[in-house]
Parts: sequence; structure tokens; C-alpha cells
Amino acid sequence: MQPRVTIMPISFERAFSLHDDALLLRGRRAAILASNIANADTPGYKARDIDFGATLAAAAQQARGPLRLAGTHREHIAAPQRGGAIDLKYRFPLHPSLDGNSVDAHVEQAQFAENALLMQTSFTFLNGKISGLVKALKGE
Amino acid sequence: MSLLANFDISGTAISAQTLRLNTVASNLANVETLAASEADAYRSRQVVFQALLNDAARPGEVGVRTLGVIESAKAVQRRYDPGHAFADADGFVYASNVNPVEEMANMLSASRAYQNNVEVLNTSRDLLLRVLSLGT
Repeated sequence: MQPRVTIMPISFERAFSLHDDALLLRGRRAAILASNIANADTPGYKARDIDFGATLAAAAQQARGPLRLAGTHREHIAAPQRGGAIDLKYRFPLHPSLDGNSVDAHVEQAQFAENALLMQTSFTFLNGKISGLVKALKGE
Repeated sequence: MSLLANFDISGTAISAQTLRLNTVASNLANVETLAASEADAYRSRQVVFQALLNDAARPGEVGVRTLGVIESAKAVQRRYDPGHAFADADGFVYASNVNPVEEMANMLSASRAYQNNVEVLNTSRDLLLRVLSLGT
């Protein structure tokens, strides 16, 4: 008699439950906020940012299975998928400046610090998930 | 990983602010520089910044570069000092048009901006180190 084998598939995507996507997005946002801080004294520069919630929701939508255009001929041009690109928005300046720069250094610093803290949070969650998975794999 | 882009972005900003600090230093050093003619007088130098697109595929990530250094168009000071070695036929010498108060404010602004960018680099480094230690 053959021993019964139960297959328990481990889905990393399900285990990480969007924290990996969130981490990538936080990385992009950190770079965008760093650009704002770098250009705090550049004339005419407009501060930009992303709507984190909306972009993450789009990423979640894509993870569930994106809607694709059906190609019925091999010569059909593949349509670009929505949700991959980041929707950049301009920050509304708190006060006007003579040189047309809309960066408020303190706002950007606060946003950068918040972003870094939330990134650390995602790291902590991911660490917990990974150590859980390792425990399951070792079967201790 | 986008966090690595921060090193480029903040790096460009740090070098741009360094150039700004350098011009402030030259301006302050030459506040009392005298010249024999109006054309030879020292004029305050100012750095002009421009946003620099690092990678067209990543539209929000913009560094900064110095477009150039311009000389202030303000009138230079004319002083009556007939005993001076540089005095012209009418007894005038020409001093710089540097405003020390403006330059001090400029210096503070540049050093604060420099600090901000260093802080961004430090935070990015800490976050990247946490990525490396993920799952341990």
C-alpha cells in the first residue's frame, strides 16, 4: 500500500498578501519624495507625489487577474495593461513662491519620514510572514 | 529597487548644494575686493539649478543639476579713495556688489538643503539594509 501524500502548496503571493507590492510602491514613493527634497531650490520645479492607496488598490486588482484584450490574430498589437504605471500627481502648494517652485521642504520631510516608517512596518509584517513560512517548511 | 535611485537623486542635490556653498564662500571672501575700473569689479555669483530627469521610464524621479553660474547685475559700489593704489583718474575705486546679509541667508539655506539630502540618504540606507536582512 502506497503511503498517502498530502500536497500542501505554499503560495508566496497569498502569504505575502500585498506587502511585497506595498514595499515596491513605498520604494518608488521614497524616490519621488527624495526628488522633491532634492529640487527644493530649483526654480519652476513642481512637487509630485502618488496616491498610495489608489495605486496599491490598482496593484491588488491586477494581482486578482487583469482584464486583457483578446488577440485573435498573431499580428495584433498587444494592448498595454493598466495598473502597471504609477499615476503621478502634482502637490497642491500651501503658499505661492516667486520662482514657481511648489516644494515645501517640511511637508516633503514629513511625508518622507511617514513613508519610511510605513516601509519599516511592511518589513516587520513580511519578516513575520517569512519566519512563519520557514517554520512551516522545517516542520518544527 | 527604487531606493537605490535615492542615492543618485540625493547625490546630485548634494553636489549642487556644494557648488552653491562654494559660490557663497567666494562671494563672502570677495566682499571687500577692490578694482581699478567698474568692469573689473567683483560681481556676486549665483548658481542656477535645473531639474534633471534621470530615467524617462520613471517620471517622478528627478535629480538636480547646476545649469550655470550667473553674475549679479546689480550696480557695483563706487568709493572715493584717492590715496588707494587702484584709484582711477577721479580718485574712485570700485568695490564688489556682494550683499553679505543675502549671502549669509543663502549659505544657511544651502546648508539646510544639504542636511536634508544627507538625511534622505541615511534613511534610504537604513531601509535598504532592512531589505537585506529580510527573513532572518
